[in-house]
Amino acid sequence: MNAVTKPANTAALDRYRMMRRIRSFEERVGELFLKGESAGSMLHLSIGEEAVVGMTAAMQAGDTFTTHHRGHGVFIGRGGDPARMMAEIAGKEDGYCRGKGGSMHIADRALGHLGANAIVGGGIPHIVGAGLTYRNTRSGQISVAFFGDGAMSQGILYESMNMAALWHLPVIFCCINNQYGMGTRVDRSAGHRDFPGRAEAFGLNAMRADGADVEAVHDAARFLAGSAREGRPGFLEIDAYRFYGHARMDKSPYRTPEEEATGRARDPVANARARMAAEGLANTAELDAIDTEAGTEMDHALAHAIAATPPALATMFQDVYAPGTPAPRPHAARLMHVLGEGARA
Amino acid sequence: MIESTYRDAIRQALLDAMAVDPSIILIGEEVGLYGGAYGVTKGLIDLYGPERVIDAPISEPAIVGAAVGAAMTGMRPVAELMYVDFIGMTMDQLANQAAKSRYMFGGQIGVPMVLRTQGGTGRSAAAQHSQSLEAWVMHTPGLRLVMPATVNDAYHLLRQSLTQADPVVFIEHKGLYTMKGALDVDTPDGAWGAPVTRRAGRDLVILSYSRMLHESLAAADRLAASGVEAEVIDLRCLNPLDMAPLIEAVKRTGRAMVVTEAVVTGSVASEVAARLSETCFDWLEEPILRLGGEDIPIPVSPALERGSIPSAQLIHDTARWLVTREAPEWAA
Repeated sequence: MNAVTKPANTAALDRYRMMRRIRSFEERVGELFLKGESAGSMLHLSIGEEAVVGMTAAMQAGDTFTTHHRGHGVFIGRGGDPARMMAEIAGKEDGYCRGKGGSMHIADRALGHLGANAIVGGGIPHIVGAGLTYRNTRSGQISVAFFGDGAMSQGILYESMNMAALWHLPVIFCCINNQYGMGTRVDRSAGHRDFPGRAEAFGLNAMRADGADVEAVHDAARFLAGSAREGRPGFLEIDAYRFYGHARMDKSPYRTPEEEATGRARDPVANARARMAAEGLANTAELDAIDTEAGTEMDHALAHAIAATPPALATMFQDVYAPGTPAPRPHAARLMHVLGEGARA
Repeated sequence: MIESTYRDAIRQALLDAMAVDPSIILIGEEVGLYGGAYGVTKGLIDLYGPERVIDAPISEPAIVGAAVGAAMTGMRPVAELMYVDFIGMTMDQLANQAAKSRYMFGGQIGVPMVLRTQGGTGRSAAAQHSQSLEAWVMHTPGLRLVMPATVNDAYHLLRQSLTQADPVVFIEHKGLYTMKGALDVDTPDGAWGAPVTRRAGRDLVILSYSRMLHESLAAADRLAASGVEAEVIDLRCLNPLDMAPLIEAVKRTGRAMVVTEAVVTGSVASEVAARLSETCFDWLEEPILRLGGEDIPIPVSPALERGSIPSAQLIHDTARWLVTREAPEWAA
């Protein structure tokens, strides 16, 4: 192993570790739900889509991003703290959003996470605005929108791509194509499935990468990120497979066991592990240690989330508006004013 | 103190605010080279350049969405929606994104943007270019809502909107752009969120905003000629809205009507009337009346359009009826 390849190889191992952490996190989120400890039933796991790490690893500190309803993996890839994430998913006070957002509305300003979104395509135009900020201030930052194949059918994506190309914005539209919008497979929602072709038609740098191969995703992402930083917006389709149902309760009756077996064989985590071993970047014991460490970390995150305190009821009125400005009036106060002692003449 | 039109006061507010706050950018259809569909942004692109005065393609959802993202990352965007009637296309970005981001994200990410738009009748622009849709905005927690009626307020409420930490929907009235009035750039009519009494009176209180304020004031003049003294209060801001002065006035007079141009059903007038009914019940001599647009789409024919919204005469007649219990001729 020479000095030139060593950093790259370390980085590849880091990407494997990150993917393993995402997989472990998502497995624990499933447990959280089964234990009845998650806030609500809207839990969308990104198992099978971990190669998104190829994109998140191509971003730099200061870069910003938006995600969709299946965005846990993206956030972990950008440095999200699993314990605070899990606490948010459980609706707890020390979660990222103090129990106001949950799985589908997690955000972290400090890490550049401008918000997960439960409206398909809802977060996409925000990177256009972020791109305007970075263009106007010449800050060198980029902003990346992560969304699924379902958002390829939302008009706002096309409005946003047009603006990004028109205004030469430092942004990337990253479509994680897991083949399904809820129960509708992509061939039942798109008349013509050339997604990069659509982006190219708007004037974007457009690429597709194999979502079973994190290094292929990373190669494409590095090119697109470098290009975006120069004001040429990009589009990346990560061709992946959603291993499990749309949400936790969905047993996927709309697809065959054979299809699932084929899809799950395209496993970016297993592929990366095999590659690490084959290329001699880590031996089995070292890879096992990474896996065990990830599992232990996520066990702790799960335990933390379950033990954490729910928010106090009065916090519901906080953060509707900025601190120091008129807040919503609780019903109790209004009713006291109408019916309470001394209220009537 | 100078004389200005409502349009020029808004333009002056943008010009002055952009001079002191480099984070302000304008983004919208025709805001740059064209100068705004109603001329409000004329010349600003020459002063501040195309990076700050951004002509956008006809993509209302992404215009508002881009403003949200710019606001999240440190700019203070002013998105312009050419007509409030187009707000339906932007409702996800406005009501689900701009309005809720601070809350959903636990206070981490605010959206300090202004959505400037204009509404109302008066130009026979028909059903898709004449509406008063402020109730759609007021119904959404997280959005501040401002509707200036006077030249001085057009300037100062916009300047105040451009200092808010939360998204503000600023709705101008197309029928007021050429109205002239006094502009004192150093002295606002009132604080943010505070109603302003435009005329004092003892017999009833008329609550209004935007163009209907002027019809209400004209009605009050006619009422005075026959001995009825109406107090006229301009709400100005609908969110936040300080109810205390309104409650005081209604308790003092015992009679109130809320006059707006929007259709009455599910309206701002209905909300204000309900709040006053709850708080002033024992002081009321009469039910609180709502007077607004008929519950119909706006028709194009000038006669039909005029007839579909309150006039000074209708406000006068209704107020007089409320105070004297003598029915006007048309109701006899």
